[in-house]
Amino acid sequence: MADPEFAAKSPLSRRSFLQVSGGLGVGLVVSFLLPACGREDAPGAGARRGAAAAANGEVNAWVRITPEGGVVLSIAKSEMGQGVLTSLAMLVAEELEVDWAKVRSEHALADTALYGKWSTGGSSSVRANFDAYRRAGATARELLVAAACERWGAPRSECRAENGEVLHPATDRRLAYAELAERAAALPPPAEPPLKARADYRVIGKDVRRLDTPAKVDGSAIFGLDVRVPGMLVAQVVRPPELGGAVDSFDASEALAVQGVRAVVEIPNGVAVVADGFWAAQSGRRKLAVVWKPGPHADLDNAGVRARCLAVVDDGIVARNDGDAEAAFAGAPQKLEAVYEFPYLAHATLEPMNCTARVDDERCELWVPTQSPTGAAEAAAKITGFDAEQIRVNTTLLGGGFGRRSAHDFVEDAVHLAKRMKAPVQVVYTREDDMKAGLYRPAGANVMRGAVDAEGWPLVWDQRIASPSIMRAKNWLSGMKDGIDMTAVEGVRNLPYAIPNLHVRWADLELPVSLHWWRSVGSSQNGWVTECFFDELCALGGKDPVEARMRLLAEHPRHRRALALAVEKAGYGQPLAEGHAHGVAVHESFGSIVAQIAEVSLAQDGAPRVHRVVCVVDCGEAIHPEGVRHQMESGITMGLSAALWGEVAIEKGHITTANFDAYPIARIDQMPRVESFVIAEGDPMGGIGEPGTPPIAGAIGNAILKLTGKPIRRLPIGRVERMA
Amino acid sequence: MPAYTLTVNGEPRRFEAAADTPLLWVLRDVLHLTGTKYGCGAGLCRACTIHLDGEASFSCQIPISAAEGRNITTIEGLSPDRSHPLQQAWIEEDVPQCGYCQPGQIMSAAALLARTPSPSDDDIDAAMRSNLCRCGTYNRIRSAIHRAAKMKQAGATAAAASGANAEETRHG
Repeated sequence: MADPEFAAKSPLSRRSFLQVSGGLGVGLVVSFLLPACGREDAPGAGARRGAAAAANGEVNAWVRITPEGGVVLSIAKSEMGQGVLTSLAMLVAEELEVDWAKVRSEHALADTALYGKWSTGGSSSVRANFDAYRRAGATARELLVAAACERWGAPRSECRAENGEVLHPATDRRLAYAELAERAAALPPPAEPPLKARADYRVIGKDVRRLDTPAKVDGSAIFGLDVRVPGMLVAQVVRPPELGGAVDSFDASEALAVQGVRAVVEIPNGVAVVADGFWAAQSGRRKLAVVWKPGPHADLDNAGVRARCLAVVDDGIVARNDGDAEAAFAGAPQKLEAVYEFPYLAHATLEPMNCTARVDDERCELWVPTQSPTGAAEAAAKITGFDAEQIRVNTTLLGGGFGRRSAHDFVEDAVHLAKRMKAPVQVVYTREDDMKAGLYRPAGANVMRGAVDAEGWPLVWDQRIASPSIMRAKNWLSGMKDGIDMTAVEGVRNLPYAIPNLHVRWADLELPVSLHWWRSVGSSQNGWVTECFFDELCALGGKDPVEARMRLLAEHPRHRRALALAVEKAGYGQPLAEGHAHGVAVHESFGSIVAQIAEVSLAQDGAPRVHRVVCVVDCGEAIHPEGVRHQMESGITMGLSAALWGEVAIEKGHITTANFDAYPIARIDQMPRVESFVIAEGDPMGGIGEPGTPPIAGAIGNAILKLTGKPIRRLPIGRVERMA
Repeated sequence: MPAYTLTVNGEPRRFEAAADTPLLWVLRDVLHLTGTKYGCGAGLCRACTIHLDGEASFSCQIPISAAEGRNITTIEGLSPDRSHPLQQAWIEEDVPQCGYCQPGQIMSAAALLARTPSPSDDDIDAAMRSNLCRCGTYNRIRSAIHRAAKMKQAGATAAAASGANAEETRHG
C-alpha cells in the first residue's frame, strides 16, 4: 500500500505511512500485555506496539498523540454506519481528558494480541467494550500524567489531566500531551487506572458530532471498493447459477480476447475473470462460456420452500411450555388458528461484497470491508497455510454490513486469486452477484393457535415454528441449546406477555439456500409474528392492543414504560386523518426494548403508506444518544423495506432476484417521519444496531389489521385488499 | 483503444478507454476518482450520480463515447474544502451512516438546488427518489437540503448586501 494518493486520502493513512516509512511490518513487538480480564473483547489496556510506534506518538495501542496535539484513536470494531468509530472513541476520550474537536478515530490493524478477537455483530460493540475502551483511555491518561510528574519531580497527587494537557497547579506548570507521548509510551502502565463515576461524564451521553462524517461528504472516505493498490487487478467471479450447481467446463478463449482481460481462472467458488479494471472484467465475463453441472434442486421455488416448512412444523423441539396449551385450546370459548410465513431476505448493502488481497511467498495482506477481520485472517490462513503473523488485515470502511460482512466468501475469492495471479487482486461482486450469490435470512413458517378466555383476555398461545437453522448451518454450536437454534426462537421463547398456556416449538429443516445472520436475526421475523398474532388475539377478545399489552406486561416495567411513552408521543387513541390507523408493536432484542407506533394508510391500489413512526428505545445506557436515534431510523427503514417488499425469489432452483428493481428498498418519498425517544436510566446496557428493526413490520401489520379487519400473515405485505 | 478528452472538475483529462466503458469506471479505475460509487450498474440506485454539463446523471449508464468533450463534476469537485452548503448542511445534520450512497445523494441534491434554490418537500422527493440509501438517512437528507437552501440564500443575501454597500461607497 505504498500508493501515496491512497495513503493521503485514506482513514487508514497512519498505517500506510508506517508501512511506507518502514520499520513497522508484520510482527510488531507487543511490549506489554496486562493479564487477561476475562472478556474476549478486552485485552489489557496497556497493550502497545513497541518503540517505533512510541516514537510516532502512540501512548498505547488505542491512543496516539500527534505532534500538533491531535488525538488519533484506534478502534477495533468495524464501522458500517452504526457509529462505532464515534461511540467507542467517546469512551476513550472520556477518560483521556481531551478536547473532542481534536479527536480522530480510525480502524485499528487487526491484531488479536493487542485487541482480542475482532468481530462486529450482535449489537455488542459498545456494551461488550464499555469498560475496555474507557480503561484504554484511562491507561493512556495515567501514563501521560506519570511522564509529566517524572519531568517535574512532582507527585501524582499534585497533577491532573485536563483538555489535552497535564497540569501542576501548585507551580502553575503545564505540559501538552504531545510533549509527553513518547516518554509516556516507555513507562509501565498502571494496573488499575481509576475510571470516572457516571456523574462525572463529560463526553459519554452527549450528542457529539460523528467523527466519520466529514470524509463521507467529499468522497474521500475509503470503502473496500476504493482501495487502489499499485499493480492491482480486478476480478469478477461467475458462480453456479443453480442452487447446488457446479462448474462442469468452460471456454475462456473469447473472454481472453477482450482487451484488458489477463486471465480466466477456476477457483472453488466459480470461474474468475481477472482484468485490468472492472469494465474489462465485466466485458470478459460476458464472453465467457461456462457449462454448469445442474444442481439437485431444479424443482425448488418459494412455494416449495413454504410447503417444506409446513411439512415439518409439527416435528419441532419444545422451546417453552407453560400451562397446558393443548387442553386449554380444546376447552376455550373463542379461538383462532393462523399460518404466518416469511421469506428469504438479502442484506443488499449498498456497497457490494469485495476484497483486495496481495499474497507472496511470505505474507498475505488484505484490504477488506469486513465485520470480522479476525475471521478474514483465519480464512486467508486456511488458503495460504500462513501463520497469523504473516497475515495483515486492513479494515476499510464498510458500505453497510447488516451481518453480511461477517462472512468470508469474498475474502476467499480474493486470496485464491491473488495467490494464483501473483499480483494484488480486488474481487468485486456485481450487484447481481451480490444478490444471487448471497447468504440469506432464513425463510420459514409458523403455525399459530390462540384463544381468549371468557373475558376476552389471551389464554392460549401455541406457536410452532419451522425454519432452517443458521447456527446448524454454520456449525456454531454455542448458538444451539438443547437442540434448538436460539436465534430461531428469540423473542418467542422469551415472549414477555403473561399468557397462562404458552407453548413454543421449533423444527429445523435443510434447504439448499445459504443462510446468514441478517440485522436482528430471528427477531427480524419473530417480532412481526408475535406482535401481529397478539393483535389478532386482541381483536378476537375485543381488547384494545395497548390496554392488553399493558395488562399482560405487568411483570415487565421497562416494556410498559417504553410503550407508555410511545403511546403518549404518538397520540395513540386520538383521532387520525380519515383512512389512517395506528399500529403498535413492542419487542426486546439484544438487551434493548423497543416500542413503535406506526401511522399507516392504504393507497387506492392497496399499497400501504407509512406516514409516521414513533419509536421509543430503552437501551439502559446511551453513550451517544444521537447515534442511538440514527440506528432507530436505520433499523426502521430496513425493517419497513423488508415488511413491504422484501423477498428473495427462487424459481426452478435458481435465485432470480438480481437487482434493486426486484428487491426494492425504501425511497425518500416512501420514508415515514420517524421520531425516536431514548430511555437511558442506568439499566443494563443493551445493543443498538439491531433492536430498531424487529417491531416495525408488526406495527405496520397491526395498523393494516385495523384498517381492513384482515391480519397480515405473510411477508412481504405488498398490496392489500382494501375494505369494501 | 480510442482516446477521449473530458473536463473533469475543471481540468481537461485525456485517456484511452474502450468505447463502451461507462463513465463511472473511467472515473474510478482510470482517473482514480473513487468518490463516485458503484451500487447497481443498472441505473437503479444512483450511487454513481455526477453532473454532466450541470445535470445530475447516472455515470454507470453513460458510455464514455457519449461523454466525449463534456463537462463532468464529481463529488471531489463539488468544493475544494467541504465548503459547499450541502456538505456543510450534511455535517450539521449528521446525515451519513455507512456513507456509501452519500456522494450520489449530495450530487443529486446539488443539481436540485442549482435549478430550484428553495425546494419544497415535493421537489425534494422528485429529485431524490432515485437515490437509494440502505441505512435510512432520508429524513436527515431532507433536513440537510432545506438547511443548505437557507444557507445559500443567506449567503446570496449577504453577498448582494455587501455588493450594494460597495456600490453605495463608490457613488457616495
